[in-house]
Amino acid sequence: MKKQTIDSKPAGPKPWYDPRVRSLFFQILAIAAVFWAGWTLVENTLSNMESRGISTGFGFLDETAGFGIIMSLVPYDSTMSYGRTFWVGLTNTLLVSAMGIIAATLLGFIIGVARLSSNWLVAKVSLFYIEVIRNIPLLLQIFFWYFAVLGALPSPRQSIEVGGTMFLNNRGLYVPEPLTQDGFGLVWGALLFAIAAVVGIRTWAKKRQLATGQIFPTFKVSVAILVVLPVLAYFIAGSPLEWDVPALKGFNFGGGITIIPELAALWLALSLYTASFIAEIVRSGILSVSKGQTEASKALGLPNGLTLRLVVIPQAMRVIIPPLTSQYLNLAKNSSLATAIGYPDLVAVFMGTTLNQTGQAVEVVAITMAVYLTISLSISLLMNIYNRAVAIKER
Amino acid sequence: MNKTKSIVLGMALASGAFAASGAMAATTLENVKEKGHLQCGVTSGLPGFSQPDEKGNWTGIDVDTCRAVAAAIFGDAKAVEFTPLTAKERFTALQSGEIDMLSRNTTWTLTRDASLGLNFAGVNYYDGQGFLINKDIGVDDATQLDGATVCIQSGTTTELNLSDYFRAKGMEFKPIVFDTSEQTVQGFSAGRCDVLTSDRSQLAALRSKLADPESAKILPNTISKEPLGPVVRQGDDQWFNIVKWVLSVQINAEELGVTSANADDMLKSDNPNIQRLLGTDGDMGAKLGLPADFGHKVVKMVGNYGEMYDRNVGPDTPLGLDRGINALWTEGGIMYAPPVR
Repeated sequence: MKKQTIDSKPAGPKPWYDPRVRSLFFQILAIAAVFWAGWTLVENTLSNMESRGISTGFGFLDETAGFGIIMSLVPYDSTMSYGRTFWVGLTNTLLVSAMGIIAATLLGFIIGVARLSSNWLVAKVSLFYIEVIRNIPLLLQIFFWYFAVLGALPSPRQSIEVGGTMFLNNRGLYVPEPLTQDGFGLVWGALLFAIAAVVGIRTWAKKRQLATGQIFPTFKVSVAILVVLPVLAYFIAGSPLEWDVPALKGFNFGGGITIIPELAALWLALSLYTASFIAEIVRSGILSVSKGQTEASKALGLPNGLTLRLVVIPQAMRVIIPPLTSQYLNLAKNSSLATAIGYPDLVAVFMGTTLNQTGQAVEVVAITMAVYLTISLSISLLMNIYNRAVAIKER
Repeated sequence: MNKTKSIVLGMALASGAFAASGAMAATTLENVKEKGHLQCGVTSGLPGFSQPDEKGNWTGIDVDTCRAVAAAIFGDAKAVEFTPLTAKERFTALQSGEIDMLSRNTTWTLTRDASLGLNFAGVNYYDGQGFLINKDIGVDDATQLDGATVCIQSGTTTELNLSDYFRAKGMEFKPIVFDTSEQTVQGFSAGRCDVLTSDRSQLAALRSKLADPESAKILPNTISKEPLGPVVRQGDDQWFNIVKWVLSVQINAEELGVTSANADDMLKSDNPNIQRLLGTDGDMGAKLGLPADFGHKVVKMVGNYGEMYDRNVGPDTPLGLDRGINALWTEGGIMYAPPVR
C-alpha cells in the first residue's frame, strides 16, 4: 500500500489552487455572464414587446414593400418585398463605399506625397487642402456639394450636351448604355487571353531581370496587349455592341445609364474628406522611413521615381496600412449620411422607409447594425491580410 | 429572535413585491397626475400643427389637442411638456413610455393601429396627399405626371401612397427621399424634382417657404386619405377614453355653440346636452376618472374644435386652409363626434 503511493506521480496542487484551473474557471464564468446578460436583454425585450401588443419577428421581410427607389443595382420595383429593399440599400451602400475608398486612396496618396514636395507651392497647396477639408464637418460638405452641384446645373430642357449622346443636367448625368449583342463573347475571351498573356510576360520579365539584369518594358507592353487584343476581337466579331442613347421624353431623359447627383455629391464629399486624412497618414508613413534609405538609394543611382516606388513606399506601407484601415472603416460608416441628401443607401431605404412602413424598429435596426459590422469586419480582415503581406518578415 | 427576524424580512419582501406590482399597475392617468404635467409628443416644427412661436410657446392644432387633455385633467392647459419627435422616433417614444400621448399629425392606418401596440384616439384633422408643382412645367392635373421626379420626405405614409397612385394609373416616377422637410423644399427649389408631394395641409406651408411662392402651385388632386389624430399606448383603456372624449367634447362643443368666450354663461344653459357637456348635470367626468367640470375647463381654456382650427390652420392664418371636409357634419363636412350622454 505504502509503496504504491510513493510510485504514483507527486500530487499537484488542489484544483482550486491550480492557476490553470482557476483561470479556466473564471473565463468560463465571464463568458456565461456575458451570454446570460445578452439572453436576458433579448428575452426581456421580446416579452415586453409582446405584452405591449407590438408584433415581432422577421416575417415582414416577405411582405410587399410598395414604395419606389430611385436607384438600384439589383432589379427592383415597388411590387417586390421588404427583403428586396434591403438588398437595394445594401448594394447602394457598397457601391458608394467602394467608389469612395478607391478615389480617396488615389487622391490621398497624391496629396500626401505632394505635401512633402520640395516645390513650395505644391507643398503649401496640399497643406491648405488638408487643413480646410478635414476641419469642416462631413455633413456640411455633403450638403455643399449637393446643393452647389445642383445649383450650377441646368434643368433637363437646357441640358449640357456632349456629342448628342451624353447629357448633363440637374437630374443627373445621362450616358449611353452599351448593349452587348451576339458575338460579344469573343471580346470577353480576348480580354481573358490578354490578361493571361500579361501575367505570363511579367513572370518571364522578372525572371530574366534576376538572371541577366536586363529590364523589359513590362508596363508599356502590358497596356498594349490589354488594349489591342480586345479591340481586334471586337472588329473581327463585327462590332457586336449597340448603344442605348438617352433621349428627352416628357419630363426628363429616358434610356441609357443615369448617374444621379446624389451619388455624385456623396461620392465627392466622402472621397475628398477621407483623402485629407489619408494624405496625413501617407505623409507620416513616408517620414517614418529614415533619410539614410533615400540617400543610399540615390547613391546607388536610382532616380527619384524609383527611389519612391522601390525603397520608400514599401517601407512606409508598414506604417500606413493600420491607420489607413480605420479611414476605410470611417468612410464606409460615414456613407450612412446619404440619407440627408436623398441617396438611397441602406440607412435611407431600409432603416428609413421600410422601418417606418413596418414599424419593426428592433428587427430593422438590428439587421442594419449587423450589416455595418459585417462590412467593417470584412474591410478589416482584407486590410489585415494585406498588412501581413507588407509587414517585415523576420526570418 | 430568529423567528421575529424572518417575519420582519418576509413582510419587507412582501411589501416590496406589493409596491413593485403596484407601480407596474399604475395607470397612465395616475402617472400623469403624480408628475403634475402631461408629456406630449409633437413634430419638431410644422406650421399650424405644432411649432414654437417667437417666445418659445408651442402653438398648433396638435399642440392644442394636448393642451385640452391637460385642461381636462389638471384644469390647467399649460400643464403640458412637449417632446419634439421626428417621424421615425414617434412610435418608439410612445411605446417606451417616454411620452404619455402622441399628437404629431400621425395618419391612422390599420398597420399602425394593429401592430405597434398603439390606439388611435380619434381624428383632429382630415388630410389627404397632394402635389406642389412648378408653374413653368405647365401641368394642371396629377394624371399628367408620367415620368416625373418627385421629392418626398421620409418617415411618412407618403411614399407608399405615391407609389400606389402612380402604379394604379400606369405611370412611372422617380422618388427622391429626403430626411427633413427643409431639405425636401430645398431639393424642390434647386430643381432636383418636378413635383413635391406631401399632405395638402403641409403643402401650403411648404410653398410659403419657397423663395418665390408664386412660382409654384398646388395641384387639385388628392391621392390619399390621411386621417390625423392623437395616439395613445394600447392596454390602458381609461387613458384611451380620456384622450378620445376630450377631443369629442371639443367637437360637440362647436356643434352646440359653446365657445371659450361664452363657456361661463353656458353653465346656466337649460339645454341638457350643454349641461352634460359642461358638467352641470350628470357625472360624465367621474366615468372617465376626471373632474366633473372637465368639459367646461377644456372649452374655456382651449376652445371648441372650430376655434382650435381657425386659430391654427384656418383662413386667417398663414396656412389659410378652408374648413373643407373638416367642417362639422351639420355644415357639409365629416367632423362628427359621438354624443356626450
